[in-house]
Amino acid sequence: MDITGSELFVKALREEQVDILFGYPGGQAIDLFDALYGQRDIKVILPRHEQGLIHAADGYARSTGKVGVCLVTSGPGATNLVTGVATANYDSVPLVCFTGQVTTNLIGNDAFQEVDIVGITRNICKYAVTVRNRQDLGKIIKKAFFIARTGKPGVVVVDLPKDIQSAYGEDTYPQTIDVRGYKPSNTVHDGQIKKAIEALNQARKPLFLIGGGVNIAGAGKEMRQLAELTGMPVVTTIMGKGAIPTSHPLYVGNIGIHAGYAANAAISECDVLFSIGTRFNDRITGKTDTFAKNATLIHIDVDPASISRNIAVDIPIVADAKKAIEILLKKSNRLDCKDWLKQIMAWKEAYPLTMKSKGLTPQRIIEEINQSFQSAVVVTDVGQNQLWATQFLELDENRQLLTSGGLGTMGYGFPAAIGAKLGNPQKNVIVICGDGGMQMNIQEMATAVVHELSVIVCILNNGYLGNVRQWQEMFYHKRYSGTCLRYRKRCESDCSKPGKSCPEYTPDFIKLAESYGACGIRVTQAEEIKAALRAAINNLSAPTVIEFIIDPEENVLPIVPPGSPLSEMIMEY
Amino acid sequence: MKKRWLCLFVENEIGVLARISGLFSSKSYNLDSLTVGTTEDETISRMTISIYSDDQIFEQIKKQLNRTVEVIKVIDYTDLSIYSREIMFLKIKKCTEADKTGIFRFAQVYNVKVLDFNKTTVLLECVQVENENDKVIKLLSERFDNPFEIIRGGSVAIEAV
Ligand SMILES: Cc1ncc(C[n+]2csc(CCOP(=O)(O)OP(=O)(O)O)c2C)c(N)n1
Ligand SMILES: [Mg+2]
Repeated sequence: MDITGSELFVKALREEQVDILFGYPGGQAIDLFDALYGQRDIKVILPRHEQGLIHAADGYARSTGKVGVCLVTSGPGATNLVTGVATANYDSVPLVCFTGQVTTNLIGNDAFQEVDIVGITRNICKYAVTVRNRQDLGKIIKKAFFIARTGKPGVVVVDLPKDIQSAYGEDTYPQTIDVRGYKPSNTVHDGQIKKAIEALNQARKPLFLIGGGVNIAGAGKEMRQLAELTGMPVVTTIMGKGAIPTSHPLYVGNIGIHAGYAANAAISECDVLFSIGTRFNDRITGKTDTFAKNATLIHIDVDPASISRNIAVDIPIVADAKKAIEILLKKSNRLDCKDWLKQIMAWKEAYPLTMKSKGLTPQRIIEEINQSFQSAVVVTDVGQNQLWATQFLELDENRQLLTSGGLGTMGYGFPAAIGAKLGNPQKNVIVICGDGGMQMNIQEMATAVVHELSVIVCILNNGYLGNVRQWQEMFYHKRYSGTCLRYRKRCESDCSKPGKSCPEYTPDFIKLAESYGACGIRVTQAEEIKAALRAAINNLSAPTVIEFIIDPEENVLPIVPPGSPLSEMIMEY
Repeated sequence: MKKRWLCLFVENEIGVLARISGLFSSKSYNLDSLTVGTTEDETISRMTISIYSDDQIFEQIKKQLNRTVEVIKVIDYTDLSIYSREIMFLKIKKCTEADKTGIFRFAQVYNVKVLDFNKTTVLLECVQVENENDKVIKLLSERFDNPFEIIRGGSVAIEAV
């Protein structure tokens, strides 16, 4: 029986087991929305901005492991997705984004609300395609989901011209698909594994470096077993944090420009670095020619292009992290690294990650969050708030962290948390964000309120674009250029210090929350943190905003100055 | 740094050329020449690409091309035995009769075909490996002061049998 393209679209979503779609309608998507009307299998969520929409789909996908699905109209609807496409793709999040498009005969005519979204997103996604024939529609949607979720997951953009949506054609949706140019690796090279194990057996100071790939592969349990079997210490990137519980005796910490001393020192001192699922981003390596300079490098990654790109690797292994770790579990043995462990623990004790200041510090707030939630999805925004969260959050199999690691997109946190809550209604979902980033997608408060999502939003309000301000303080002689969020017309243009006479902050986040129908609590003292979190936990049918008024000039320490080796950390300032 | 050759089999779809050239520009890879044409299978196009790069960047380029969904196969021609040819047209202007005689003689010696001429202009066609075409340009400009116009097609290459 012949059906329209829009009907096939809905059928395809059902077959792909899509239960939530994040959509924002418009002229060129109206047929697709019409086909979604009145059915119950696929819940349609209407965020308040397409950027919020795609971050929500991203948070849903990261927290559930399923593919996030977006549907927007052509032109401005499509371009509003762009930041979210790059954000998700950079962190290997599986999304399929459907964009409405003008009819095929108008493409290229500068028609109303026409943009070449495939051209715009081509270099920031895994695959982008325009459907040009109705008979290809089913095959292309199948291909889109297959490419998004397999291999190194990523974003696929499917551009759907309006005439394809309304055209009649076959109602069949393929069960399988073969893409001749896309064959994700699903084997593990025995010889390379053998070499890796030989290298480990000769090591005196072996170290695991775990990236986001292990979390994406869902290999946390196996990773923990491998660490325990070998007795090797583990450091992580921000994206890999939580792959083994942060309270585990073998866990040292994050490495990188804001890491604890022990983790970075372990990198500099190790003799075999076994890294899994990381691309050696410049944020973790510091100056590359000094990175792990004494070590033999083993690197497992699904993406061959991530191997030996930034750091030359001695033993490359192209494989899915989980499959490779499962094989390693069968072939590895216990290593003698007692002295090495002792050394690392001594560093950890001598230089603990801690904040010197007292009172309502970010550390204190995050520690209270650690204590208040046994199971949770914690989502961060970007900036100091994110860095403190990645320093102090305790994670394990029940506590997951979502953060925009690759692109570092301000405005990510709150909408991503909405998506995470929709995907995990039983879990606590907490956002840790800055006062700047919160304002980048604050309109999503309406989305959270109408869907009765009890997301807990912790705004660390320092009145500044704090991360940039810190750099200005440390590396630009306190020239606070364009970073003060209290600035008013009457202020001097060369201000370099917050003070008592500073203008009032706008907006009033509490009133703003209340105006949306959310609950707002302002916390100005450490003693109030617990009660505020408890009130938020008990508010089951609406979001709670807790605004923490923190020291405007609090810094993230330690820090490795730009271009320096990891060993040159500034511990105090 | 050295010159490399790649042969690419890609999907014959709208946008594939943009995808490949966009990959080179977005990663700041330097592309010397790129040719593309259809093959015996109408759903597949074949590209010949030449690149000037060091080993590390070249490895990265191959990996990046391989992970591109629209790329079906990448073959590194750099150290294989291949045949390659480039077509080049040369239009030599403001010729005197003596210039023309000289150019015709030049054409005979250097395997260059005279396609067309009139009173003052000669049009030459050269189909040879890229280096030989470079040489023709060099020799011509050494021997003749005439202004000329060049268009080069970029190389196509195929493995030897
Ligand atoms: C969309 C976007 N714009 C700009 C930046 C650059 N940036 C990184 S952190 C930061 C400051 C964030 O300020 P805030 O949200 O208040 O967080 P804080 O650092 O104060 O915790 C800025 C502007 C960014 N990462 N993303
Ligand atoms: Mg701030």
